[in-house]
Amino acid sequence: MISIDNKLYIKDIDTYIDPFFPVERAIITHGHADHARAGHKNVLCTPETSEIMKIRYGENCASSFQTIQYGHSVKIGKISVTLYPAAHILGSAQVLLETPKHRIVVTGDYKTILDRHLDPFEVVPCDLLITEATFGLPIFKFNKPEMEILRLLDNISKNRENTFLIGAYSLGKAQRIIWLLREAGFSDDIFVHGSMDKLCDFYQSKGVRLGTLRKATLDNKKDFKGKIIVAPPSALKDRWSRRFENITRCYASGWMQVKQRAKQSQIEIPLVISDHSDWNELTNTIKQTGAEKVWITHGREDALKYWCEKNGIQAEPLSLQHRDETSEL
Amino acid sequence: MKAFSNLLSDLILTSSRNRKLSLLEQYFSSTPDPDRGYALAALTGSLIFKNIKASFFKDLIKEKQDEHLFDLSYDYVGDLAETISLLWDQEIGGNMPRLSSLFENLKKAKDDELKNHIINILNISTADQRWAFIKLFTGGLRIGVSSRLVKQALANYGNVDLEEIEKIWHGLHFPYTNLFSWLENKGSKPKISIYDIFHPMMLAHPLVMEKDLAAANPKDFVAEYKWDGIRVQIVSHSEGCRLYSRTGDEVSKSFPEIVKTIQGNFVLDGELLAGINNEPKTFNDLQQRLNKKAPSEKFIKKNPCFIKVYDVLFFNGDDLRDKTLIYRKKVLNSYFSTNRSPMFLSETIEFKDWNFLDKTRDISDKQIHEGVMIKLVSSPYIAGRPRGKWFKWKRNPKNVDAIIMYAQRGHGKRSSFYSDYTFGVFNREKELVPIGKAYSGFTDEELNRLDKFVRSKTINRFGPVREVEKTLVVEIAFDEMSLSNRHKSGIALRFPRFKRIRWDKPTNEVETLEQIRKSFL
Repeated sequence: MISIDNKLYIKDIDTYIDPFFPVERAIITHGHADHARAGHKNVLCTPETSEIMKIRYGENCASSFQTIQYGHSVKIGKISVTLYPAAHILGSAQVLLETPKHRIVVTGDYKTILDRHLDPFEVVPCDLLITEATFGLPIFKFNKPEMEILRLLDNISKNRENTFLIGAYSLGKAQRIIWLLREAGFSDDIFVHGSMDKLCDFYQSKGVRLGTLRKATLDNKKDFKGKIIVAPPSALKDRWSRRFENITRCYASGWMQVKQRAKQSQIEIPLVISDHSDWNELTNTIKQTGAEKVWITHGREDALKYWCEKNGIQAEPLSLQHRDETSEL
Repeated sequence: MKAFSNLLSDLILTSSRNRKLSLLEQYFSSTPDPDRGYALAALTGSLIFKNIKASFFKDLIKEKQDEHLFDLSYDYVGDLAETISLLWDQEIGGNMPRLSSLFENLKKAKDDELKNHIINILNISTADQRWAFIKLFTGGLRIGVSSRLVKQALANYGNVDLEEIEKIWHGLHFPYTNLFSWLENKGSKPKISIYDIFHPMMLAHPLVMEKDLAAANPKDFVAEYKWDGIRVQIVSHSEGCRLYSRTGDEVSKSFPEIVKTIQGNFVLDGELLAGINNEPKTFNDLQQRLNKKAPSEKFIKKNPCFIKVYDVLFFNGDDLRDKTLIYRKKVLNSYFSTNRSPMFLSETIEFKDWNFLDKTRDISDKQIHEGVMIKLVSSPYIAGRPRGKWFKWKRNPKNVDAIIMYAQRGHGKRSSFYSDYTFGVFNREKELVPIGKAYSGFTDEELNRLDKFVRSKTINRFGPVREVEKTLVVEIAFDEMSLSNRHKSGIALRFPRFKRIRWDKPTNEVETLEQIRKSFL
């Protein structure tokens, strides 16, 4: 048996998965700040994740990086570690910890629906599945993202006087939205907030076609009519957004499924587009992995735990700190 | 239905008042009769369908979805219609029929067909339409649109004054065809007898002395007690008398002895109180009567009521609403020069300066009044809450420290937050007993912090209710404390709300139940 604890610490090999504090050895599932922190000694992750961490935290954010491609394994002590695509953002991985008698999968954040700019999610059979549950309630059933984008484009064509400010997380969500817009045939220049242009360049360098992007600076002030500006959600409420006139606030997130939530954040066009699994994806994945035991790291763990137990699967919530819904917004 | 559900979705996500108005106007102009009448009734809270209520939909979803998962979802979303519309698993993605045929079919459906009929309607459409459909039955749309705003949109649409609409509103009938035809200049203004309807009341603003009156001349105002009963409108003519509550609901049936006695041709405005011979008792005494829809003679004898009258809208066929308050008071004075029991003239308070009133409002011997009212003598009777005319100056609230015990999530715009708190104090046995529940009085920032406190200090869960560590002291403001055998503590607070959160106060410094009973009862 591989011994792993509720902080995702693997004792046999003195290694943490996505730790919040600097450690000797860490496996990082993906580059979001609530999973990837600076200051670890040795980091194991995908090549894309290491590049993202260096872009965000600097070249020296860890003493050393060891990278492996999806489907490849490294052996640490008696345990073989393999990374599989999680289809959450570029480079996001599930971690398989394996001995001849025991298989543990840590999903990190993931989604299973096909998203053509990312490697498709793979189901990895295991004994213990450690899953996320960000959208672990049956009310979360996400529409096709293409439909959400069409709704946005329809609205833009009817309100050419307005500026459409889309709140989207700087890493992953922003690029996915831009990519979806391009796939839907939107060829106008898209303006981006200064915090995301390096990450957009990175996505473009990996072959994700984002088209012509311009910085949303005041010099361009006159050009914003009928245009799209993509900015991190925090900037939507910030002074930063006040420089634009006639703003229509949009927000791309699974949370937008609930109208009352959209209303609370004063969002006029909610785009229900999530990089996480919805209820059906979560429960299907649990079934497909054949896991006998499920640990739930963060999110709405109550409902998923209840569902597991009803389906004869043991389940425990881990309630990892620092990862609550606000970190997603 | 699609147009209506789009309207609701757009309204809920729009914060600008002007944008809301234009959405409503667009809808009224592009939707035919009688569908827009159905929508208008729904938006103003007057669409009532007897057989289907919130519990009907709750039962329906519990047949399809695991009950516990439903509870967790409802707790999270905080809006029944939205929860059910999202949990519904059948989706063909079509459109529901138009509002009017939807309702006509429902009316025609026999009791045993109704359920299947509604299941079919929910099956054929999208989550948005399901949401709008269910909202029509579950009372209160909660989309941030008041009836007043809807009427304003109608006024804009017909290019008439909002007051004109308010004055005839309660005489209009679903589906409002004559209203729309008047607004569109196709017909004349609907004629309504003043005795057939409730006339919207004039309401007061809470007084902020420095801002509202510090510079004003006391001579321009009259003062009265703010009685602690319920506001009523007395509509009386040759064919009888009716009583309406502040919201326009008829309450005559609960007070048969009063409507039987009143005679005359007038519309009066006053306060219904428990008691006899113009001597009011407390609101708690009145509560006994309010709970009974059809009281027996014996019960009425035991719990008599009367009315203090302070304004007149119509008298012997004359509309006095445009006259000054001082004129209307003269009419009342002369009417009440003879005994009109069970109606009495509400006395005015003689005063020279604001200081005097400030003291008067806090004199609360038997707590039969809750402060004073200050009214501009030149004010006409204007429906709604016009600025600068009438003010209410409540007694200063009382305060008590208590310890947070339980929390529950709020609804509507607070759906994600733990915003409903039960608090308590220690009794003689050193046992913490709840003394009340409060939902307001904190800032958004404080709510965030309270919410975090609840999430991190939960020690127990009972369905949607979380029991928390008994460590946080809050100062609660309330209007009145009374005895109550409903609660274990034996006391009940009137209108409790947060005054301050005492993050640092230790719980052992909180006064005990015995101590607070001594100081407030």
